[in-house]
Amino acid sequence: MSEIPPDLRYGDSHEWVRAEDDGTVVVGISDHAQGELGDMVFIELPEPGMNYNQGEACAVIESVKAASDIYAPLSGEIVQANGELEDSPELVNSDPYGEGWLFRMIPSDPAQIDGLMNAEAYAGQLARILHEGGPINT
Amino acid sequence: MRRTALYQAHVAAGARMVDFTGWEMPIHYGSQINEHHQVRNEAGMFDVSHMTVVDIHGPQTREFLSFLLANDVAKLQQPGTALYSCMLNQGGAVIDDLIAYFLAEEWFRLVVNAATRDKDLAWLERQGAAFSVTITEQPELAMIAVQGPQARARVLSLLSEDHAVAADALQPFTAEHYGDLFIARTGYTGEDGFEVSIPAHQAEDFWQRLLEAGVAPCGLGARDTLRLEAGMNLYGQDMDEDVTPLESGLGWTVAMKDNRRFIGREALETQTARGISLRLVGLVLEGRGILRPRQKVLTARGEGETTSGGFAPTLRKAIALARIPAGADDSCEVEIRGKLLPARIVKVPFVRNGVACQGIL
Repeated sequence: MSEIPPDLRYGDSHEWVRAEDDGTVVVGISDHAQGELGDMVFIELPEPGMNYNQGEACAVIESVKAASDIYAPLSGEIVQANGELEDSPELVNSDPYGEGWLFRMIPSDPAQIDGLMNAEAYAGQLARILHEGGPINT
Repeated sequence: MRRTALYQAHVAAGARMVDFTGWEMPIHYGSQINEHHQVRNEAGMFDVSHMTVVDIHGPQTREFLSFLLANDVAKLQQPGTALYSCMLNQGGAVIDDLIAYFLAEEWFRLVVNAATRDKDLAWLERQGAAFSVTITEQPELAMIAVQGPQARARVLSLLSEDHAVAADALQPFTAEHYGDLFIARTGYTGEDGFEVSIPAHQAEDFWQRLLEAGVAPCGLGARDTLRLEAGMNLYGQDMDEDVTPLESGLGWTVAMKDNRRFIGREALETQTARGISLRLVGLVLEGRGILRPRQKVLTARGEGETTSGGFAPTLRKAIALARIPAGADDSCEVEIRGKLLPARIVKVPFVRNGVACQGIL
């Protein structure tokens, strides 16, 4: 079973969101998502200053298996991208909730965070995916 | 789904299993890239028991294969020698690629792809009807490919002393029976190694002994990146029944000299006379990004398409095989997710015996 930290929020397409004290949020992909995609080989991150609407494609992660869009889990402005991933995309595999974070953004509507799944709801979604054998949407 | 004799061993080793043309096979055991490096640097093993082994017996075996295959089994004069060949239809297009082993004057063995098993067997039966041969699939054989610079030594360490001495002397592309084992010095990775056929009921024990000898289990994912770096075609992806071997980088496997009759010969002669307009080449992406199969390739002579592509762990670059117009320049552009990125056209292989070939990096 993949790891699902209880203090994070989760998007439908397997992004995680961590709200920071400074009002920014950090975004990555879940342990389940990295496991499904396999070894990461290339990650294209959004430029700081870019604005995205919730659900809009804003990054691409390419694994040995496939290229996958990453969707902005919240509306807002990108303020930082994880530059370490340029040379070490495998950090997303080895530490998806830590060093493998993707980008940081300032949400334009912080209330959207409450609309994301908590860990329990996300665990329920994963259980349904495993039960139905459905594809992962990441 | 069908399972090989090693299914339980894969599950016990933590494999992620996938459907590979109706077979439940390991794609990786944790990290496809680590498995790739394991083969390049040391020794890894692949369960390739899903591949189809077909024995041909009978007084006209050699004549039959001489007619059936685009490469010429007349090159096989010493028992134990082997040959890579395409099997063509009348139009010169590729039904499958295979390895033919000459075992005795009235006994050859073919190893063909799993995905094409049914059509291959039907074709063999149909073409074999005119010859005095019997065609027998050997589904009770499991097959383990052990590949890498340490692969042969680790297999030899498991054999009896007599067998180890004899198998150590096997030259590339030769094979021999040692007791119940059929050991071939062949592979699909660009590394040295053996492909070992073994009765299915002994396979799990042999796999276990290879594990204990330090051979890492590797999945079909690593097998694919290894063969791509080695510049080896994958049937169904780099060639199929829409193209000839001459358009697939496999002209070297077609034996046209002499007047040997073989299926597809006239079509290849016609194609050669008209000029071969497409060729299969290697691509190395210049910048950052990943090449994938079925991306559009733009050259000075027109459009082509990648057939295989991916991240090459040994090179840390994206590479591909692509079918492009003949006579294209040294450079091209590949359309990746709506963007045109520059790539270099190169001669394959990309990697041999663990290192990048000249002109690749």
